[in-house]
Amino acid sequence: MAIWIGEDAKLLIQGITGSQGSFHGEKMIEYGTDVVGGVTPGKGGQTIELAGETIAVYNTMVEAIEATDADASVIYVPPRFAAAAIMEAADAFDRLKGEGVVVCITEGIPTLDMVKAVAFVDERSGIRLIGPNCPGIITPGENGGSKIGIMPGHIHAKGRIGVISKSGTLTYEAVAQTMSISEGQSTCIGIGGDPVNGTGFIDCLEAFEADPQTVAVVLIGEIGGTAEEDAAAWAADNMNKPIVGFVAGSSAPPGKRMGHAGAIISGGKGTAAEKFAAFEAAGIHIARDPSEIGEVLRQALTEAGLL
Amino acid sequence: MSKSATTGGRIVERRRASGRAVIMNIHEYQGKQLFAKAGVKVLAGVHCRSVEQALAAYDSLGSKVVAVKSQIHAGGRGKGTLYDVESGEIVMEGGVKIAFSREDVKTYAANILGRRLVTKQTGSEGKIVSNLYVESGCDIAHEYYLALLVDREAKSVLIMASTEGGMDIEEVAETTPEAIHKVWVKPDSGLLDSQKTELGTALGLSGTSLESFVGMIGSLYDVFVDNDCSMVEINPLVRDAAGEMVALDAKVGFDDNASFRHPEWAGMRDLSEEEPTEIRAKAAGLSYVKLDGEIGCLVNGAGLAMATMDVIQLYGGEPANFLDIGGGADEATIREAFKIILEDPNVKGILVNIFGGIQRCDIVANAVLETSAAIGLDVPLVIRLSGTNFEEGRAIVDASNLDCHSVETLAEGAKAIVELIGGEA
Repeated sequence: MAIWIGEDAKLLIQGITGSQGSFHGEKMIEYGTDVVGGVTPGKGGQTIELAGETIAVYNTMVEAIEATDADASVIYVPPRFAAAAIMEAADAFDRLKGEGVVVCITEGIPTLDMVKAVAFVDERSGIRLIGPNCPGIITPGENGGSKIGIMPGHIHAKGRIGVISKSGTLTYEAVAQTMSISEGQSTCIGIGGDPVNGTGFIDCLEAFEADPQTVAVVLIGEIGGTAEEDAAAWAADNMNKPIVGFVAGSSAPPGKRMGHAGAIISGGKGTAAEKFAAFEAAGIHIARDPSEIGEVLRQALTEAGLL
Repeated sequence: MSKSATTGGRIVERRRASGRAVIMNIHEYQGKQLFAKAGVKVLAGVHCRSVEQALAAYDSLGSKVVAVKSQIHAGGRGKGTLYDVESGEIVMEGGVKIAFSREDVKTYAANILGRRLVTKQTGSEGKIVSNLYVESGCDIAHEYYLALLVDREAKSVLIMASTEGGMDIEEVAETTPEAIHKVWVKPDSGLLDSQKTELGTALGLSGTSLESFVGMIGSLYDVFVDNDCSMVEINPLVRDAAGEMVALDAKVGFDDNASFRHPEWAGMRDLSEEEPTEIRAKAAGLSYVKLDGEIGCLVNGAGLAMATMDVIQLYGGEPANFLDIGGGADEATIREAFKIILEDPNVKGILVNIFGGIQRCDIVANAVLETSAAIGLDVPLVIRLSGTNFEEGRAIVDASNLDCHSVETLAEGAKAIVELIGGEA
C-alpha cells in the first residue's frame, strides 16, 4: 500500500527541460518511476530523451494531466517561479481529477510566496503539497518503485518502516539505519526545512497509522518551531504503531540559524531538549545519536512483538 | 574538474547550500525611512557617521531634547554598554541617550562612535558602532509593543501587540501572556478593517488614538508585504501627548530569498554588520556558522550538519562550526570550505561527514585530501563517507599517506576525532 504515492504512480515533471528537471528526471526513470510527461511553458509539443525514454513536453499542467491522467507532479523550477508552479499544479489537479500530489523540491522560495501558495492548496482538499526545499517522497517497490525527488534511490528497499524528516541527507542517514537492521521502507517523506511548507509531521503520522504496510515510523525533526511537540502530542493520543524519534540541533546555540530558514532557536523556544522531552512524554523511542536509530528501532519492534 | 560536476553525461547545476535562506537586517534609521514612505508616523531624525554630523543634525532638527541612538543590528541597545576598542574599558552605560543640550549631543556621539557596544543580543564580542541616529524628542503618553512576523504553525502573517511597551516581550509572553493580543492575516483577503479595530481596541485605544492606530497598522502591513519582510518589530510604539501613534523604534528584517525582486536592498546592506567569514562562505555557495569549539566539521546538508555537531558533543567534544556544503558541491567549493574551517585558530581536528545523494563521495575525498596536502594539514582528520560512490571515496582515503582516518558511521567518526584531539571519548 504505502502512503500517497503508489509504486506505479504516474508522474509529471514541472521544469523538465531545465538542468535540474532533466538530470533528476533521468535518475527517477532509472529508478523505475513512471514519468509520463513534463511541463515547460513555451516548449509544448517538443519531446525530451531521458534515460532512453522519449517524454512529451506540455505547455501547461492542464494539458499535461488531460493527456496523461497523471497522479502527481514534481517541481524543479527556479525559486521565483516555484509558488506559481505549485498553484498551477494544485489548480489543474483539482479541476481535472479532484486530487493529486504536488512535490516541490525547489529551495529558496520567498516565505510570503509560500504563505500564498499553501493557502491556495489548503482550499483544495484533494491536493497534497510536499515541500518545498525537500528531498521529495519515495515508495520503494519490489523492482524499482516510485522515487519523486532527489534522494539516492539505491539506498532504499521496500519494507514496513515509514520515514518522515525535515532534512535531506539526514533522511538518507535514517533510511540507512533501517537497512542496517534489515528493515526496508514503506514510504519516506522529506517535508522540508522551510518555515512555511505543505504537508506536516501529523499528516504523515496519520497516514502511516492507517497504512497496513507500515508497522513503525522513524521521525526526524530539527530545532525551531513547535512541529515536533505538536506531532508528539498528536501521536500520544492517536498512534498505536511505535515511533522512533531524533531531533537535530542539540548543540546549536540560540539565535544562530543552522542552515534551514526554520532551524533557529529564538526566545528560548524550539530547542532540541524540549523536543526530545516531548517525544519521551509521548512514548516515542528516542535516539540521541542518529547512528543508533537502527538499534532503537530494533528494540521498538521487539517490544511491539514485531520481531 | 571545472565549476560543474558531470554525472551520467549531463551537467549538474550546483545546488545552493541550504543556508541561503536567511534574514537580511537593516538599521533603525533605514526601517524608519520605509515607515515614513508608507505613511507610518515617525519622528524627524538624521543618520550620522561623525560627531560633526551629529551636531549639525541637532542644529537642523530644532528640537531642544533629542535622542542619540547607536545603530547596530541587534536589540537591547538602550541597556547595552560601550567599551573602548583598544583598552577594553567601559566608556558609557547605555547605547541610546537622551540629550538635553548641544554639549550632551557632542559627548554622547563621541562616546558611541567607534566604540564596541555589547548588548544581551550581541554576545560578549559586541559590535563596533559606526552609525548614529539623532532624533527629535517626543512627549510620550504611553508605550506599546507591536510586531509583525510569519507564524510558521499558522502559515500566515501574525500581528502581535501589547500594552507593555518598552519591556522585553519574551518576558511579557512568559509572565502575562494574556497581555499580548494577536491577529492572523489571510493572504487573499489581507488585513481586515475589523482586525485593525479589534487590535486597537484590545490595546485600550479610542477616539483619535484608535483612528491613528488603524491607519498605522494598515500601512505597516503594506510595508511588511511590499518589502518581503521576515519581521517588523516596534518596541516601543508610543501614543504621544496629542493622541497620535508614533513608531519610536524600528527593527526590520527582510527575507533574503526574495532579494531577486528587491534590487534596492543592495544599497541598504551593511556588510560591516555581518561576519566576514560567513559572507565569504555564502559567496562560495556554503552555509557556515562559526561556533566556539575545537572540532571543525564539513558536512553535506543542514540537518546532517547539525546532527554531526550534536554527536561530537554527545561524545565529549565541542564543534568549531556548522558547515553545510549543499548538494553536488564541486572540488573548488570543497577546497574553499576546508580553508574556511582551518582559518579558525581554535580548530584542533576535523570531521568530514558526507552522505552522498547528489554529492559523490569520491569528489569530496579528492578535494579534501588535495587541500590537506597543499596546505600541509597539521591537525587530525577523520572522514566518514556513505552513499553515492562511497567505495571509491574510501579507497582514495585509504590510499593516501596523509594522517587521515576513514570510518563507516557518524558515531565512529565523532568518537575517533574526539579521541585524536585528546578529548574524553
